[in-house]
Amino acid sequence: MLLNKRHPEEVLVLTKRIHEPGYDGSIDAYLKHGGYKQYLKAVEMTPEQVIDEVKVSNLRGRGGAGFPTGMKWGFVPRQSEKPKYIVVNADESEPGTCKDRVLMENDPHLLIEGCLIAARTIGAQLGYIYIRGEYRFLVEITERAIDEAYKAGWLGENIQGTGQTFHLRAHTGAGAYECGEESALLESLEGKRGVPRIRPPFPAVSGLYQSPTILNNVETFAAVPSILEMGGKAWAALGIEKAGGTKLTCLTGHLNNPGVFELPLGYPVEKMINTVGGGIPKGRKLKAFIPGGSSCPVLTGDEAWPLTMDYDSMAKAGSMLGSGGVVVMDETTDMVKAALRIMHFYAHESCGWCIPCREGTTWLKKILHRLDEGHATAKDIDLVGDLAKNMLGRTFCPLGDAAALPTISIVHKFRHEFEAKIAHTAAPPTAEQLVALN
Amino acid sequence: MVASDVQTVTININGREIQAPSGQLLIDAAKQSGIEVPAFCYYEGMALQAACRMCLVKIEKMPKLQAACTIPVAEGMIVHTEVPEVIEARKSMLEFLLSNHPLDCPVCDKGGECELQDMTFRYGLGESRFTEIKIHTPEKQWSPVVYFDSPRCILCYRCVRVCGEGMGVHALGVVNRGVVSEIAPNLNDHLNCDECGACIDICPVGALTSGPYRYKTRPWEMNHVGTVCTHCSNGCKTTLGVKNDEIIRGNNRDRSGLNDEFLCVKGRYGWDFHRHPERLTSPLVRKDGKLVEVPWSEALKTVANRFSEIAARGGTIGVAGSNHTTNEENFFLQKFARQGLKTPHIDHHRTGDVVALLDALSGSTGSLGTAEDFLNSKAILVVGADLSQQQPFLANQIRTNVRHRQAHVYVVTPGPVREDQTAKASVRYTDAGTLDRAVAGLHDALKAEPELLIVFGDAIRGEQVKRLVEFGASFGTAVKYVCLVDHANSRGASDMGLYPHLGPGYSSVDKGMALPEMLGDATLDALWVVGSNPLKKAALASSTAFVVVQDLFLTETAQRADVVFPAAHAYEKSGTITNVCGQVQRLKPGVRTMGAKPDLEIMGLLAKEMGLKLGIWTHDALFEEIRRTVRGYNVPLPLIQTGGAASTEPVNGRIALDGRPELVVSSGDTLYTSGTLGRYSKMLNSLIESPGALYKA
Amino acid sequence: MTFSPTLEERFSKLLDSYPEGKTRSAVIPMLLYAQDEIGSVTPELVQEVARRCRVTPLQVEEVVGYYSMLHRKPMGRIHLQVCTNISCMLVGAMELYGHASRKLGIGHKQVTADGQFSLEEVECMGACSWAPAIQTNYDFHYNVTPEKLDQLLDSLKKIQ
Ligand SMILES: Cc1cc2nc3c(=O)[nH]c(=O)nc-3n(C[C@H](O)[C@H](O)[C@H](O)COP(=O)(O)O)c2cc1C
Ligand code: SF4
Ligand code: FES
Repeated sequence: MLLNKRHPEEVLVLTKRIHEPGYDGSIDAYLKHGGYKQYLKAVEMTPEQVIDEVKVSNLRGRGGAGFPTGMKWGFVPRQSEKPKYIVVNADESEPGTCKDRVLMENDPHLLIEGCLIAARTIGAQLGYIYIRGEYRFLVEITERAIDEAYKAGWLGENIQGTGQTFHLRAHTGAGAYECGEESALLESLEGKRGVPRIRPPFPAVSGLYQSPTILNNVETFAAVPSILEMGGKAWAALGIEKAGGTKLTCLTGHLNNPGVFELPLGYPVEKMINTVGGGIPKGRKLKAFIPGGSSCPVLTGDEAWPLTMDYDSMAKAGSMLGSGGVVVMDETTDMVKAALRIMHFYAHESCGWCIPCREGTTWLKKILHRLDEGHATAKDIDLVGDLAKNMLGRTFCPLGDAAALPTISIVHKFRHEFEAKIAHTAAPPTAEQLVALN
Repeated sequence: MVASDVQTVTININGREIQAPSGQLLIDAAKQSGIEVPAFCYYEGMALQAACRMCLVKIEKMPKLQAACTIPVAEGMIVHTEVPEVIEARKSMLEFLLSNHPLDCPVCDKGGECELQDMTFRYGLGESRFTEIKIHTPEKQWSPVVYFDSPRCILCYRCVRVCGEGMGVHALGVVNRGVVSEIAPNLNDHLNCDECGACIDICPVGALTSGPYRYKTRPWEMNHVGTVCTHCSNGCKTTLGVKNDEIIRGNNRDRSGLNDEFLCVKGRYGWDFHRHPERLTSPLVRKDGKLVEVPWSEALKTVANRFSEIAARGGTIGVAGSNHTTNEENFFLQKFARQGLKTPHIDHHRTGDVVALLDALSGSTGSLGTAEDFLNSKAILVVGADLSQQQPFLANQIRTNVRHRQAHVYVVTPGPVREDQTAKASVRYTDAGTLDRAVAGLHDALKAEPELLIVFGDAIRGEQVKRLVEFGASFGTAVKYVCLVDHANSRGASDMGLYPHLGPGYSSVDKGMALPEMLGDATLDALWVVGSNPLKKAALASSTAFVVVQDLFLTETAQRADVVFPAAHAYEKSGTITNVCGQVQRLKPGVRTMGAKPDLEIMGLLAKEMGLKLGIWTHDALFEEIRRTVRGYNVPLPLIQTGGAASTEPVNGRIALDGRPELVVSSGDTLYTSGTLGRYSKMLNSLIESPGALYKA
Repeated sequence: MTFSPTLEERFSKLLDSYPEGKTRSAVIPMLLYAQDEIGSVTPELVQEVARRCRVTPLQVEEVVGYYSMLHRKPMGRIHLQVCTNISCMLVGAMELYGHASRKLGIGHKQVTADGQFSLEEVECMGACSWAPAIQTNYDFHYNVTPEKLDQLLDSLKKIQ
């Protein structure tokens, strides 16, 4: 089992069981530790009451967009002649993010209970857990857990005599970052190319098979049982105003103690890096900081230190909390290479549907490649910033923004590094050089 | 997109107050008030894509620019389409688009009528900042008709949609991901489809090009002649691109006819019989057993003398008219036969029992369906016909109807047909008995429909037509009928009286022999065949009969002829034809063939040679006569002259039937065949689908 | 086509995992599971999946090229995937990839002559906190160093 040692600074809510000695995530273990009790509680409540608790908890989507979950659930029409669905986004493919897997590997029934409560709330009878293809081991773990739940009567017909029916299935992806975007995920789940849909209508109204659908991130669903257990108010109090609860945070990059830690929202960046993350190796300085996955604008060390890990604080600093994938880059980091690698990713993952993203990401990748190789001129630096700005806010889905934002911020904040690379060649690239690079 | 509620909202575009039906797309609302919002992927009537991002506009109180092609207008919306932010966005989209687009406009078929060229000219920035190597993939040929040059493709997905939503064929898709995404055909490296070419027509750039057209010309070097397709009975308007008496392309991009942009493979590419090497260009007269080329004067004299001689001694002359010649020609032919040759023996190949339908409807008005009814009727019953194969345009009308108005379609056929895809009910039958039961089985469902269009093929004829009409009448709802026929002017031949027992307008005349009797009459003295090929399937009993044939090619019948006149085809003619729904349209000559003459001219010269007084034989004069004397043809001239389709209202009264339903037989042409014309079209014969599977075959 | 009993079982389970008439949903998983067994997505497989999921072959083709884990050509018995995305890159993934490439003597998406190994530089595999991370087929390996990689490859070569 992949699980780093718990850190005293952690506030264990979603991960509280998995740090219990000998906890193996089986249904027996889960039940022994009070599992599925919150579902039974939900059964006693009206759907409105459940949604209210979630609203009060200030839970915001943990997939990256941070949309208030209670509000999203509220959008699902009460009456609908179409069936309703639950869909779990376990595509976890935002670079720097590796948290959902920790929950799914170590405590799969927590996710199942979260889905069960959501299903109860909106009256869904069928749900899917869309798991990225690379996570085959999680597909197997999840399927095993689902079987256990069926056998023990926590899934299927007339669950625990409540009269509720809910079926749950694990569905594997096959390698596509874009399928993490909710509407592309739904297309993929319907067996099509992972191309996003025109919205509105949003999934809550017209989602899977054009039916009302609750689609949330793994961590979001996993948070719901604890919200019912503690009560929305107490759960909210774990975090700060407007951002309730805890967040699984993936510390990655230049750190002595990287890992996935459950920290309360509003946790100070400085403590997160130096205390929880064990500081930067060799006492090096923090050059750049990504709060939540490579789609966020990059912050300089100076910008990052005073911040706290929550939506507003990051927004104020011109970035975003994102998915919880923290990337720490020390003074040795080559920011041109970083920019290139990030753009390489988006060019590889662009679904190709819309012009600016399809053409923009590849073009940018090529220019950044030349910049990195030293075959670029000063004009190319401006061109990078320019093209990124031309993508920003104009693409069909947010992937274009995700590619543009880090690029714009890096070129803007670390321009001198780009200039250093062109310094020795003022001449534009020769055809040979271009061919070599293509 | 059909606005659900028709209440209007007021919005403001570029400072102008504009009224628009709520729910209407902003791009359409703008267009209707004369404000163009550029777009590639948006295409009226087809699924929304929002992919090209060319239509981004500024809407106040909205953070980002919005795609005008997907956002519905809302009360009080304030929109800017020409502010710097928007203009700047368009420039950048075009720059992105051109980054991997080859700049081979000078050799590109589309050059001169390319939407990307136009947009770049109107909205683009002068220089390109793209210095990288462009992605290149070699051009592919997907079929004799369709070529694909991927680098030119801008991925607007129009072709995918027109093939799927429009044609119901779904032969095109998108493969790969990201910048290497490309359009792909359904059989890996080639297409198996209708070969209709709609994808090529709708492509805004030169990515999809057509085999017959590519590298032949520049658009501005052609003349564009709007006429009517000469193949099936649907009567699609087609605009021929012609250059020094060659036909180079056919399309209907100008949406000038009842068929909007639709054309099937025959309309778009089936015109190459025009320059077929075996095309007859000189009259032939049989001399000691052989057909030899002679001057027109000699051929005319030969026929005139024999006809006069036979007529004078009261010999029997049989006349077979055509499903392709014009109304004027058919009218003149029967006049020539009845008044000039004094013979009652005239007929044509009957492909649908129009007569039985008109008789059965006697007394009821407004019961004849038009092409528009296929598009608008809330419910349609198709009996014994493979529409997508034999009536391509009517089938397309139904698909569009289903897509936009959710029409209920009921299908009763012996085998599977494309209409099954969207049919509310599909029933199969094996013989006349099971056919009647199959139709009767739909009674309750059909009765519940507010209105109904009943369409039937040659499976329904004679008494069955009467029963079908009684069946329809029993609902007490508004029911219309269309009797399907095969060819470009089959309906006209029927209306103009090419029957042994009926004259123009279905007037009663002295009964003569039907075609089988003429062919079977061992004492027949002469047989005059205009634009048809009866001896392909039947033998001529009379070994002594003097046979005269007017045709484009040396058909089986022509080979038996004593004199053959080289005829012109519809694309070389003036005159009018009447489509399957009784809608009259005018032909416009686009090309000429040295040596060949329009059938009307041939008949006129014959009459002159024989000294017959049959009146003026120009098509204008004849059409006037038809309008005056043929019931139902008093159609408004201006409508016809301006290229419109005028509905005829034929007889509304009992008609004398000759009780020969067995003579009504469809020639069973498919989407890829078209009788003699099809046999001489290299293009149609080169298709892998050709001759195409018809459930009957 | 015929598949192993376990795969057939998977397929039938797959096909009834989705609502009435939604068998198209099974296309992508079916392709991936089948590829695991037969090595790649062959033209026959495309036809077969189309038939079983009641879609057109074109609808299957459309997804094959879209999903990066689906291959039209067989990869090695051991498909080595090295993530070089940002978090891994920061802690030596590029060097690790270069090392693997040199050791195996193959580049991106290439297969060794003996068909034992194939190499692919992949995007974030969701193991960023235990970087650099790699996958051999579906197995994850974390905090990989060139030395660890050598041992791993050798051990994998042995079991044959
Ligand atoms: C390009 C792109 C990739 C995304 N990838 C993921 C992902 O891997 N996992 C995830 O949970 N959300 C992802 N999202 C966010 C989802 O679109 C969606 O907001 C989220 O799953 C909703 O669940 P939540 O409200 O619980 O966060 C992605 C969004 C975009 C635009
Ligand atoms: S539908 Fe008939 S008339 Fe129209 S183009 Fe096709 S063949 Fe010609
Ligand atoms: S960056 Fe390598 S696993 Fe995420």
